[in-house]
Amino acid sequence: MSKILTVSPSPHISSDLSVPKLMYGVVLSLIPAFIVTVYMFGLGALVITAVSVVSCVLAEMIIQRYIMDAPVRIRDGSAIVTGILLAFNLPSNLPWWMVVIGAVFAIGVGKMTYGGLGNNPFNPALVGRVFLLISFPVQMTSWPLPGASRFHYLDATTGATPLGFLKEALRNGQTVPEVMNQIPDHMQLFLGQMGGSMGEISALALILGFAWMLYKKIITWHIPVIMVGTIFAFTGILYLIDPTRNASPLFHILTGGVMLGAIYMATDLVTSPMTKKGMILYAAGIGVITVVIRKFGAYPEGVSFAILIMNAFVPLINKYIKPKRFGEEVKNG
Amino acid sequence: MFKTFHKGGVHPPENKLSAGRPVEPFPVPATVAILLSQHMGAPAKAIVEKGAAVKTGQLIAKGEGFLSGNIHSSVTGKVSRIEAVTDASGYKRQAVFIEAVADEWFDDINTDTLLDKEIKLNAAEIINKINESGIVGLGGATFPSHVKLSVPRGKKADFLIVNGVECEPYLTADHALMLEKPGEIMVGIEILKKALGVTQAHIGIEANKPDAIALMQKFASEYTGVKVHPLKVKYPQGGEKQLIKAITGREVPSGGLPVDVGVVAFNVGTVFAVYEAVQKNKPLIERVVTVTGKNIKNPANFRVRLGTPVAGLIEAAGGLSENTGKIIMGGPMMGKALAIADIPVVKGTSGILLLQDDEASRNKPQPCVRCGKCVAVCPMGLEPYLLMPLSQKNEFDRLESEHIMDCMECGSCSYICPSARPLLDFVRSGKNNVGKIIRSRKKQ
Ligand code: SF4
Ligand code: SF4
Repeated sequence: MSKILTVSPSPHISSDLSVPKLMYGVVLSLIPAFIVTVYMFGLGALVITAVSVVSCVLAEMIIQRYIMDAPVRIRDGSAIVTGILLAFNLPSNLPWWMVVIGAVFAIGVGKMTYGGLGNNPFNPALVGRVFLLISFPVQMTSWPLPGASRFHYLDATTGATPLGFLKEALRNGQTVPEVMNQIPDHMQLFLGQMGGSMGEISALALILGFAWMLYKKIITWHIPVIMVGTIFAFTGILYLIDPTRNASPLFHILTGGVMLGAIYMATDLVTSPMTKKGMILYAAGIGVITVVIRKFGAYPEGVSFAILIMNAFVPLINKYIKPKRFGEEVKNG
Repeated sequence: MFKTFHKGGVHPPENKLSAGRPVEPFPVPATVAILLSQHMGAPAKAIVEKGAAVKTGQLIAKGEGFLSGNIHSSVTGKVSRIEAVTDASGYKRQAVFIEAVADEWFDDINTDTLLDKEIKLNAAEIINKINESGIVGLGGATFPSHVKLSVPRGKKADFLIVNGVECEPYLTADHALMLEKPGEIMVGIEILKKALGVTQAHIGIEANKPDAIALMQKFASEYTGVKVHPLKVKYPQGGEKQLIKAITGREVPSGGLPVDVGVVAFNVGTVFAVYEAVQKNKPLIERVVTVTGKNIKNPANFRVRLGTPVAGLIEAAGGLSENTGKIIMGGPMMGKALAIADIPVVKGTSGILLLQDDEASRNKPQPCVRCGKCVAVCPMGLEPYLLMPLSQKNEFDRLESEHIMDCMECGSCSYICPSARPLLDFVRSGKNNVGKIIRSRKKQ
C-alpha cells in the first residue's frame, strides 16, 4: 500500500462543536432581544450596537496583530458577542465615541491584557460597562423612554428606570405601593416597556434566547435559574418582612438587568465555573450580592457589580469545588 | 425512560452501517499469524515449534502469567515460523505463523450447531474449562475470564451482568451475534451463573437495537432470573462501571473492581465463547468482527479465525478506497489506528473501521475557552481541562490527587472539546507516568 495512513491516538472522531459555533449560537439567540430594543429605542439602538460590535472586533484585531503579535482570531466570534453584550448594557443615547472607549477598554483591558479568549477572569463586556459607568456617570444613567423617540438618537426623551425611580422615591419617604402606581405594571415590564439598558428591557425576549441556547446546548440552565431564583427568594423574604419598603420579588427579577445578567453575562463560558456545583454556588452568590447592592448600596441595580465580584471568585470555586467523582462516595444497596 | 449512568457521556452519530447484516463465516485464510499476546498480562508461551503440524483448536501456547490466557491454533496446517509481527499498537510481538492446509478439528471438539442446553460441569470444572479454552473478554479489554470468575475470598457476587450494549459508533458485532445466537447466549449465561453461584443475570442492551432487545427478552423468558434492560443510547454506556451503575445503581469504587459491589460483568461475545467452550469443548479461535466505514462497499459482520490478516477482511468487504485516511481496529472512540493493514485479528478485535481522509484528520487545537464541557461529559467525574496542563507540566502528585488513574480513556472529553484540544492524549501520558510511580511505590 503506497498511501500513508494517519496514525493518531483515540478518539478518532470529534463532535462538530467549535468555539465559533458556540459564539454564533449566542449571537443568534440575541435576535429577539435585539428586535425588541430596536422597536423600543429605534435609531439609537442600531447606532450603538453597530459601533460597539465594530469597535470590539477592530480592537481585538489590532491588538492581536500589532501589539501581541499573535494570530488574529476575530473569526471565533467572541469579539462580536462582547460587542453586542456591551451594547445591550448601555443606554441607547450614549454618544458613539463613549461606546468606542467602552469597547476598546472591554477588549483591551478586559480580555487581551490577560492573554485573550479563555484567560480573562472578568466578563469583558461588563468590564467595559463598569468602566463607562465610572467615567461617564451622567450619560450612563440617562435612560431614553421606550417607544418615545424612535427616530432620535442623542436627543431622545429620557426618564428613570423603574428601579432607579423606586430607589429615589423610597429615599424621599414614599412607600412601595405608592411608587408602584407610577411605573409600568409587571406585564409591561415582562414585555419590555420600560427604560433601561438596551438589551435588558424585555424578559420575554431574553427567555426566548435562553430557551434557544438550552436547546442548542450552548449553556446549561444552572446559572440563570439559580441566580434568578436566589434573587426571587431573597427579595421575597424582604417583601414579606415589609412590603411598604421592599418591592415584590417579581418586580426585582423583571428590572435592572437581572434577566440579561443571568442569561447572558453570568453564563459567559470563560468567566463562570467549570462544574455544575460550582455554577450553583456562583449563581447564588451573584443573586445575594445583587440584592444586597440594591437594598443597601448606592446604585439602584447591582447585577453588573455582583457578576464581576463573583467572577473574581471563580478560580477559587474551580479549585475547591470538584465534580462528583465516579465511585468516590459509594452508596450501594 | 431508559436506564443509564448519570454522570457525563456523549452521543456521537451512531453510523451502524453494518446493522442488519448477518454473521458471515469468513473463509479460512491460507496463513494465519497468531499473536502470543492477546490478553492482558504476560504473553503466552509457545509450546509448538517450527515445522509442527497442528489442528484447528489445538493448544499452541500456554498462558503462564496471572492475567494471561491460553492460545489455540485457529487453522489446521503447519507452523511455518515463530517470529515477531507488528500488532495493533505498532510494536513487534511474537506470533506463531501457520500455513493452513485443511480444516480438521482437534480432539473431541464438537462443531455441530445444535443448541446444547444441559450443563454437565460443576462450577470448578466450568472455570477450569474456560481457563483452558483461552477465553478473555471479547469487548476489547481482553481480561481473562477465568480470573473474573474466581471471586476472591471474602467477596461475593450477587449478579451476573451481560454487556450487550455495544455503544461504540459503527460497531455491530455484538448486535449481530445476539440476533444469531440468542439461545446459545442464554445457555452461556446459565453456565456463568452456575460458575459464580448467582441466581440473577441482567443483560444490558442499548435502545438502538430493538430487535436484539426483543429477541433476547423472548429467550430470557424461558429462564428464571434473567432480565433484559434496554438502556439509553449514550456513550460510554458499555463501559463496565457505567453499565453496572445503569443496571444496579451500584458504583464501583475508585480503584476497585466490579466484584467489590457484588457484580461480575461479561460481554455477550464472551458469553457465547463460554457456551462454545463448555458445551462444545471449543476453545476461543474465532470471533465476530465488524468491517465497516462510510467508504466500505459492503459493510459486514464476519466470523473470523484469529490470526486472519485485517487486509483480507477489508478486501472482502469491498477493498480500500482511494481516500481512506485511517484504519482503526475497534471503534472510533477507543479503537487503535493501524499504520499498516497487515495486522492479524486478535481476541479483542471487535471491528475494523475505515475512516475517510476528512474524517480522519484532527482539527488544530485552540486555547481552552474554559467552557467546562469536558468536565460535564467525563463519565468518571474528572476535570480533563485541568489534567492536560498538569500532565504537560509533569505535576504527577497533583495528577494523582486529581484521580487521573480513574480515567477510563473513553475519549468523551477530546470528542466534545470545542477547541479541539487533545485532552485524552495528555491524560493518557499522565496516567502512564503516574501509574509507573504508583507501581514503583508498591514494590518498595
Ligand atoms: S478524562 Fe478519561 S474518563 Fe474522563 S472523559 Fe476524558 S477519557 Fe473519558
Ligand atoms: S472542553 Fe475544551 S475548551 Fe472546554 S473547558 Fe474543556 S478543554 Fe477547555
